[in-house]
This record gives sequence, structure tokens and C-alpha cells, in this order.
Amino acid sequence: MSSDIRFTDFKSDKQPTWCPGCGDFGTMNGMMKALAETGNDPDNTFVVAGIGCSGKIGTYMHSYALHGVHGRALPVGTGVKMARPDIEVMVAGGDGDGYSIGAGHFVHAVRRNVDMTYVVMDNRIYGLTKGQASPTSREDFETSTSPEGPKQPPVNPHALALASGATFIAQSFSSDALRHQEIIQEAIEHDGFGFVNVYSPCVTFNDVDTYDYFRDSLVDLKEEEGYDPTDREAAKDVILDNEKEHQGVIYKDESSVPYHEQHGVDEDMSVIPDGAPESATDLVREFY
Amino acid sequence: MAADFNWAVGGEAGDGIDSTGKIFAQALSRAGRHVFTSKDFASRIRGGYTAYKVRTSVDKVQSVVDRLDVLIALTPRTIEENLDELHEGSVIIYDGERTTMQDVEIPEGMIGLDVPLKSLAEDAGGAIMRNVVALGAACEVAEFPIENLDSALEKRFKDKGQKLVDNNKEAARAGRDYVADEYADREFDYDLETTDEDYVLLNGDEAIGMGAIAAGCRFYAGYPITPATDVMTYLTGRIERYGGHVVQAEDELSAINMALGAARGGARAMTATSGPGIDLMTETFGLIATSETPLVICNVMRSGPSTGMPTKQEQGDLNQMLYGGHGEVPRFVLAPTTIDECFWKTVEAFNLAEKYQLPVYLTADLSMAVTEQTFSPDTFDMDEVEIDRGKVVDEATIDDHMSESGGFQPHEITDDGISPRAFPGTADGAHMSTGLEHDEQGRRTEDTEMRVEQVDKRNRKVETAREREDWSPREFGDADADDLVITWGSNEGALAEAVEILDDEGQNVRVLSVPYIFPRPDLSEDVAAAETTVVVECNEQGQFADLVEHDVLERVDRVNKYNGVRYKADELAAEIKSTLEAGVEA
Repeated sequence: MSSDIRFTDFKSDKQPTWCPGCGDFGTMNGMMKALAETGNDPDNTFVVAGIGCSGKIGTYMHSYALHGVHGRALPVGTGVKMARPDIEVMVAGGDGDGYSIGAGHFVHAVRRNVDMTYVVMDNRIYGLTKGQASPTSREDFETSTSPEGPKQPPVNPHALALASGATFIAQSFSSDALRHQEIIQEAIEHDGFGFVNVYSPCVTFNDVDTYDYFRDSLVDLKEEEGYDPTDREAAKDVILDNEKEHQGVIYKDESSVPYHEQHGVDEDMSVIPDGAPESATDLVREFY
Repeated sequence: MAADFNWAVGGEAGDGIDSTGKIFAQALSRAGRHVFTSKDFASRIRGGYTAYKVRTSVDKVQSVVDRLDVLIALTPRTIEENLDELHEGSVIIYDGERTTMQDVEIPEGMIGLDVPLKSLAEDAGGAIMRNVVALGAACEVAEFPIENLDSALEKRFKDKGQKLVDNNKEAARAGRDYVADEYADREFDYDLETTDEDYVLLNGDEAIGMGAIAAGCRFYAGYPITPATDVMTYLTGRIERYGGHVVQAEDELSAINMALGAARGGARAMTATSGPGIDLMTETFGLIATSETPLVICNVMRSGPSTGMPTKQEQGDLNQMLYGGHGEVPRFVLAPTTIDECFWKTVEAFNLAEKYQLPVYLTADLSMAVTEQTFSPDTFDMDEVEIDRGKVVDEATIDDHMSESGGFQPHEITDDGISPRAFPGTADGAHMSTGLEHDEQGRRTEDTEMRVEQVDKRNRKVETAREREDWSPREFGDADADDLVITWGSNEGALAEAVEILDDEGQNVRVLSVPYIFPRPDLSEDVAAAETTVVVECNEQGQFADLVEHDVLERVDRVNKYNGVRYKADELAAEIKSTLEAGVEA
């Protein structure tokens, strides 16, 4: 890792096709800055992206990357990290990718506590398919597939994470560039699964969860006097408080033991001998 | 004295049938006898009917037959289920003191040995050992020295303490002595001689797992499913010794994506499942192929469709593996034909996957997966294992594969279709892998020319493989025979023995057993030279026969079985004979 890495080194030569003003620009910038700031470089970083507007992020960033199947980004990241504990793994996707088609994987990735970062670009809408309800859309949010609103409560990703045994839960806002970067950095540095839900407004299809809305309503936990993110009960109260929008590190388990330590998975699996491993004949003897 | 001896233990699930059978099989193997086992089992934890069958001979055995010489029956149903295989003189060992067995009727002409299994076991230290008492009784009937059982009992129970081992040995002797004393006047027609040969005893799933470790597989992700679970349980606790890891994923969607991630990380990675799991994994299959990721996907087939008959034999997933997934996706499909070949084809699958950077299906089927067979340990000579990782670049060689703008080209257009691979961490190798159509650098493109170039490049790998690799079938029988029998997968063993039976009856056939489904050998000349060609497989539609007809542009005859039970040698011989006599149904 060289120390002169700049965040622009993480930029690819592809120009984003996101709508002008899309929250994903800010989300991505913060991720790139956080990666550079934590001493990573494109050649030791692996970004896994899902499908949707958010999924394009892998194309616009420069690193080892996989742009996968809808909803399966977390399992891919899990595999990369287990095979290559030496590589920094960052998984990014949208609210549909993470909380709808990939919701099952989310729960289990949280439980496994693999040492990687998961960034969900949450705009509470399906943008790329031109405006349908997402799992985080409000109950009364009118869309082309929910003319009177979805009439079901939105998924609470933080609650899902907490209930699944998360060791790091955070919320950021793509437009609050410094705080966003700071929170992503903390997630990267966390020993375990660093989960950050990012409010990343869709300027084309969501006229409710807008920049103005978040700017006006977000309460920064960093500025809340006495808020202790290591206090699980306090985190629970914040997470279940439907009246307020928060940003910041909501919960952090400082005694987190990441998967590779729990399971002793610490070898670079890309290195194997030219023939069968030494003592492989022992395997044959077991069948006597 | 019969050349081979057929033995079974049967009862309800939960009766310890499996471990009892395994102990006997191991005792025979350790006594230098060849063994071939089979299981009748149901998808339930308790109750029902389950049996473990052992065929043994001093010569190689590679099939089951329609004959049972000695049966340990723990339930009346065990006898009913095996009436077709029992014959005059067959010995049935049972415990007449057991309530359900009190009124059991021993079929006419068979020998019933009423042995108080439970009481004798209790005397030896516990009722739980009643099956071992029965094993002792069987040893006496088969004139198989009980000392051979001891080493198998030690292997099975040594972790639980010497006392338990000794109790079991005593229980076995109690069974032996009871038969010797109470049925002293009985003459049994068996004499299981022992030899000095050393054998190992393993099933197809274990052979695949061992092959994976030998091949340098370091990462396995899977979701339990019959009959592939044994691959996972084999690897668990073993692959770690070689720096690897097994993950039980939340579902098959996750399992294959984890394996994909590990493979992108540069590890040799694998998942194993059965048809229903392949359905789910197919979602990711195109991504693996188009991102040119080397991955081994093992499909241990069982009877379908849907949940089908989950504990029964079938070879019905061939088309699924060949054609599954949207779009046109290059892939290889290997189908080892014997248990030892499960080991070698697994090694080959990993090499092919990495040399050609594509997904490789490695398919076995239920009969092979849960069947144990003896082999000489040299069959698995680890010094013979070769590893070929294909075109992997490092920091010194990566410069030859850069675009004009300085980006690494993981999908470089090459004459042989194979592009360079850079593992994460390789300086200047950072690149995107994607399910989108892409340019040489892996960047999304819808450029019409690049699209065609990339599709052609991916297909060129298959053509390169056709030229560079040996896709020959295995051949046996009479090379000059007029009639040709073709098969694939686990039918080879039964067919090999069927050929001997046919030979004895004056019917010569040539056999081609095909372990490569795609790419596969061109059998045009073989079929053209034959008077009649018969394709044998365990499915209804004749999926492999369709491929042969497609390749050779000629009709072939078909022998199909899809009742959930594997082919038996004698049954298959009769089936082939009648098909040949009937002529081709053109």
C-alpha cells in the first residue's frame, strides 16, 4: 500500500450515467475518500456491486470489482473476503438489492460478521426501472405500482441488523460529505461487518425523501449529548424511533470478533502448491 | 460356494442400519475383500424402511445384483421389501423376542435364524449393541473370522473408549456363539475367504471431496441437500488442515455467489448441490460464464422434477446442466463414471475451469454418491495429481496485457480465446468483472463489434479445449463386436458386469462409457460401424441418447430406467439382450 494514494485513484475512466444531482455521486465520493484515507489502494481493494442505479458504482470506481446478480452482492463479498483476508472488501448496493431481493443474505451477512463494509444507497424508490415502490418507501408513497402507496410499513434495516446481531450499524447522508466519509471510514476500520445505510436521494422519482427533507429532519447522533453508540439499549431506542431521522454511528460493538478470527480463516487461498498438498495421502489412509 | 456374497441389514430409519452396514463393509475391506455397498433409504429421520446392502467378493465388484444371501431383518417389512432378491437357502437373521418379529413368517425354502439379539446385547453391556450381535451371527453364517470385525469396531468406537470397543467385541462373539451352538446342525454354504490385499473403502461424494482438496480447492460454500451433503461433511474438518474453509450458506443462491467471490479472489472454489439447488444456482450461472470465472459446480443428481423422489436414483439433469440459464453460455459438463473417477474428474474439473476460465459442472448421481466401493490405495496416488492454473499473470507479466490507456485487460481478445487473469492484490491489475457485456478491460459496452468479438472469444475457448484436451470415452467389452452400447455416469459398473454376463451367453457387445458430456467425444464413426447402438441411462427421455443422435445424425436404440432404482448387472444384461433382439426402433 502506498501512502500517496489519492481518492481520485479510485475513479474509473467511465463517466457516471446517474441523473445530475443524484445522491449516488456523493455516496461514491465519500467511499473513495474513505478508502484512500484508510490506506487502501485500488489494487488491494475489491468492490462488489449489486444491480440498479447503485449497482453501477463498481463501473465508476477503479479497483478489483464484481458487478453481480441482483441481490447477491453480500455473498460475493463474503467469498472474496474469506479467500483473501488481505484484501479490503466493500460491498455496495441499493435498498432494493439489499432489503428486498437480497434481504435474506443481509440477515445472514450481519450474523456472520465478516470483516467488510456494506454500503446501502437508500433512496426509498426503484429508480432504474423508473419509479416503483422500494422496501423502504413510505406506506403512503404513491408510485406507478402502488397508486395509493404500498400500504405496508417500510423495512427498518437498522432494526433488522440489530436483531440479527450486528456489530456496527450506521446511517449517513450523501450530501453531508464530511460526515458521510467519516462514517464510512469508521465502518471500514471496524473489526467486523460495518453496515452503513446511506440516504442517497433520487432527484427524479422521489419527491418526498428529498435533499431538503433529510437536511431539515436529520438529527446527528454525534451532536446528541450523552449518546453512546456502544450502548445497545440506546441504539435500540434510536432505531425504533419512527418519528425522527438520524445520522451517525448508531451502534458499535467494541468487542466484535470478526468471522476470520472466530473461524481461523486467515490464509491467502489464492496460493496453492503445484501438485496435491503435502500429506494429502493421509486422506487416502483415512479410508482404510 | 458362490463367487460373490450378498448381505444386507434392514430396519427402520433410526435403527442404526447405516453404521451397522458400514462396520460390516469395513470389516470385509480390511480383510482384503472387495466390497460394493448400496443403500435403500427414505427422506425421513425415523421409521419407514431403510437398508444397507453389501456385495463382496475376492474379485472386483462394481454393481449390485438381484440376489441376497444373508439378511439381518430388524422389521417384518425388511423381509417383504427384499422378497425378490431372497432365494432358496437365503438366511434371515432376526430377533424372535422382538414384539414385531414374533409372528414373522420365514418364506418357504429360506433359513430363519431366530437370535435373541437384544437379550444377548444386554448381557454384553447394552441393548444398543443388538445390531453388533447380529453382525457376529452373520460372521458365523458366512464363515468370516470374527477377528476381522474387531478392527472395524475399533475404528468405529475407539473415540468413545476402550470399554465400549470391548463390549462390542463381546456382543459380536455372543452372536457368533449363539448361532454356532443353537444351529450347530445347519450347514451354510458360504466361506468368506480373506486376502492380504489392502483396500480403501469410500463413496462418490467422499471421492469428490478428496479430489477437491488434492486439486487445491480451498473454499467450499454449500447448502445441505441429499445426496450431495456428504461432499460438504467430508470437507468440513478436513479442508481446514490445508488452509481452506467450508461455509454453510443460507441458501444455494448465496452458496454459489460465495464460491464466485472466492474464485474472483483467486481461490480454487467449489459448491455442490443436487437438481433443486442447481435450479437456484442457475441464476448466477451466466454471470460466472460471462465474467470468465473458473468455478466447479458439483451436481449430485437425484430423482426429479421438483422434490421428486429425493432419496432415489436418476440421471435427469443433463439438459439442465447443458442448457440452463438465459442467453448463450459456454460451460463444460463432466460426468465421472466410477467412484475412483469421481476423484480424478474433480481434479480435472478444477484444471479445466482455470485453464479455460469458465464454470464446470461435475456431475455424479445418487447411486454413486452414497455407494461405497473398495479400491487399492494406489488408485488415488497423490503424486499423480497435476495442477494447471492457466493464464495467471503476476506483476512481472501483467504489462503485456494492458490497453493503450493503461488498463489491465482480463477479457483480452486472443487467438485461443483465453485471456489473462490477475488476482486481487496484483499491482496494476485492478479491473471490473461483470455480468454486463464488456470490453477487453471489463467495462460495460453495447458496441456491436465488441459484443461479437467477446461472444466469439468465449466460444473460441471451447474450440481450443476441444483441440487441446483428451475427451475420449472409456471403452471395454469386445472391440470387434457388431453391437455398441453407450452409457454415461454411474451405469458403467453395472454395464461392465452385464457385459460379462452377456459374454457368457454368447452375446458380444462393445461398450463406450462417456465421462465428458460437453465437450464430448465424436462417436459418429463408432455408431456408423455398429449394427445396433443402444444408449443406456437412468432417465425417461433419453437425454444423452438425444445428444448422440444429434451428433451422429442417426437413430439409436434406448434403454432407460426411471423408477428410482439403479441398474443391476443381471437386470441390465437381460434388458440389453432383449433390446438388441428387438432391433432398432427407427
